Amino acid sequence: MQESVDQNAYGYLTQPEVRFLDAAVERLIPADELGPGARQAGVTCFIDRQLTSSWGTHGRNYRTGPWLEGTPQQGFQSRLTPQEIYRAAIRETDLHCNRQYGKAFCFLTAEQQDEVLHALEDGKIELESLSATLFFGLLLRNTEEGFFADPMYGGNRDKVGWKLIGFPGVAAGNYSEHLEKHNVPYRAEPVSILDIQQGKVRVDAQGYPKHVMLDKKD
Amino acid sequence: MSIRLKPVDVVVVGAGLVGTIVSKELAETGLKVVCLERGRMLDPQHDFAMPYAHDELKYHRHSDIVQNLSRETITFRNNMNETALPMRELGSFKPGECVGGAAVHWGGQARRFLPWDFETRSRTLARYGKQQIPEDCTSQDWGLTYDELEPYYDQFEHLYGVCGKAGNLNGEIQLGGNPFEGPRSREYPNPPVARTYVGTLFAQAAKSLGYTPHQSPSAAMSQPYTNPYRLMLGQCVRGGFCSSHGCASGAKATPLTTVLPALARHSNFELRPFANVIKVNLDADKKRAVGVTYVDAQGREVEQPAELVVLASYTFNNVRLMLLSGIGKPYDPVGNQGVIGRNYSYQTGGRVTLFFEDKEFNHFIGGGTLGTSIDDFNGDNFDHAGLGFLGGAYVAAQSPGATPIRSTPVPPGTPRWGADWKKNVAQYYRRSFSITLHGSCQSYRTHYLDLDPTYRDANGLPLIRMTYDWHANERKLSGYITQKIVEIAKAIGPAKMSVAEPAAGRYSIIPYQSTHNIGGAVMGADPAVSAVNKYLQSWDVPNVFVVGGSAFPQQSANAPTGTIGTLACWAADAIKEHYLKRPGALLGN
Repeated sequence: MQESVDQNAYGYLTQPEVRFLDAAVERLIPADELGPGARQAGVTCFIDRQLTSSWGTHGRNYRTGPWLEGTPQQGFQSRLTPQEIYRAAIRETDLHCNRQYGKAFCFLTAEQQDEVLHALEDGKIELESLSATLFFGLLLRNTEEGFFADPMYGGNRDKVGWKLIGFPGVAAGNYSEHLEKHNVPYRAEPVSILDIQQGKVRVDAQGYPKHVMLDKKD
Repeated sequence: MSIRLKPVDVVVVGAGLVGTIVSKELAETGLKVVCLERGRMLDPQHDFAMPYAHDELKYHRHSDIVQNLSRETITFRNNMNETALPMRELGSFKPGECVGGAAVHWGGQARRFLPWDFETRSRTLARYGKQQIPEDCTSQDWGLTYDELEPYYDQFEHLYGVCGKAGNLNGEIQLGGNPFEGPRSREYPNPPVARTYVGTLFAQAAKSLGYTPHQSPSAAMSQPYTNPYRLMLGQCVRGGFCSSHGCASGAKATPLTTVLPALARHSNFELRPFANVIKVNLDADKKRAVGVTYVDAQGREVEQPAELVVLASYTFNNVRLMLLSGIGKPYDPVGNQGVIGRNYSYQTGGRVTLFFEDKEFNHFIGGGTLGTSIDDFNGDNFDHAGLGFLGGAYVAAQSPGATPIRSTPVPPGTPRWGADWKKNVAQYYRRSFSITLHGSCQSYRTHYLDLDPTYRDANGLPLIRMTYDWHANERKLSGYITQKIVEIAKAIGPAKMSVAEPAAGRYSIIPYQSTHNIGGAVMGADPAVSAVNKYLQSWDVPNVFVVGGSAFPQQSANAPTGTIGTLACWAADAIKEHYLKRPGALLGN
């Protein structure tokens, strides 16, 4: 894949954090017979770029105190930004892993990693700075985003997330012709914004790409 | 520091759905009209150009066309015993913030309200008696009937090019349309949307159970269309990326495409983006507005004097400006007095998702309310005797243009992550669809808006505080109609099914539900229980009109946008035909 920037250069994450996330996202969406998982999809790179965007500091969030815990219905109330959440939670989860298993998360077996992730999900690990469920929720959300968002954001490399489910990406201009067809699968080679930006796919006068149809098989 | 500008005839607060229509209609009279918008200018040709308009991550998760909460948000609590906390990130709803407002990223649902919706209380009393209405329910008649509003529905539908098939033309039921709708004076301006595979399965099942399926009205064009302002809309390609997104093909009717270019031609009209109105200024005896004060792009306070003020912003902001300006008596839920903030309500939602092994739906094709629906359980279209609730829902099978961050449904029992999750996502993304419940929501004494005692916006002014939870009435409604949907789903015969019923639990600010927040400055015939009269004119300050979802006394099952646009047409007409001829209160107080 040709890229204008190196997809393995990180703007926020440290190398130990990259190793942690590479391992964690691979358990959340593993590589298997259906295709590549989140690690190969570049989800760690995606998370890094999200963290260096304005979202990484919650630039559009309301960030004035007082900071109270609130009910579950009242939503996100943490003082920490996503940057701070990832930094603190990865460090503190690794401390837990060192205490429990004598190794950092990335060196655990897949079964042990799943055990840790389940414990984070269920709030059974006490992290020092924040709730484990807050971190896990963010990690899972960002992993899915990184697997399914346009590859222009650094994840979903080679559109592996879209290929897995059969999502064609940027819409073609002739979808209307398929509206009234019954149970006729529309299978196309997915087109990303990145593809169009890089001139790999031709577009019509309105800017819609022409889809290349795939053989109809499952 | 404050700058005082030259007076104008009319100042309109907010350049969204309402503000653009009101400005256009009033600019046509030759009056000097200034429209103030807190957000930036949008130019659809550049802001929503292909392929960048098809960016799900941006528009679903990090949109820059919805409210920037770092400057202003709301606070929320479920009930009066809790401490309201700020909505720190967007979730349940997505108010707009640019020129065009939330109607830039709306989904295009354009159903008229039912005649029943305007007379909820009196018709319920007449048919069932007092026991049908919960004791704490404050739903009321609008002081305005469907028949009075019909010409303005017609006007709005032609402005916004709504597509559909009439079900009731001047009282005569039409085959293929919605037989439960109120009588309409003429056909929709555009033909209905196509019926998809999903729509066909739903329609067959609904028909087999004795219901009347029809194509959902949509404001995404089914053919190229030129509206009465001589503006052209393109045909929708059903490319998805619709709700939450701006339209790349100029096919979804929005203020940017259906009104603004015509409005901009009026030399007596001026649009000022980045003008955040913080107050309506009143004269010494608080009976007359003399203009508004706003904070401009450079942070300066600017005073814009005007003869007439139209508040045309989102529900929260209309109510907040009235409270900050001292227009009308603030609502007190304990003493059950006052009106500003009273009758805040929302929208009951729910869905049944059907999973198949042998059917594929190409669910990424769609958008613009491409769907098939039934109205058999809407409003009072079915007998409520013995059901223990009032209100209803329309039920629809839609092809919204499913995008993968939002729409990767998995059957019940699937883990949230791991190989099994991945397998199910891969299997069912293309082989599932949902039947949705879009339900009414009554108003209640303890659901309301007021000013938060603690949290403030970037200008140092108190945020609006929302006190809201689901009520037993809506819980019963949701449970009853969900069962009807399950019956329809069973008639279709999926391999698996999942049921989501938000109203069964407590209302949460976290998951997206709908940008259908309404009430708080409601209309009515009695100033003791309404903020504005039937012409949307403040009872207390007659040269202030407050137009928007804020005026709904309770929520219809049908999405609010079309009726908000219709109220804009209605109010503009009242100003032109009545108010300007004799400025002052249009109805006795």
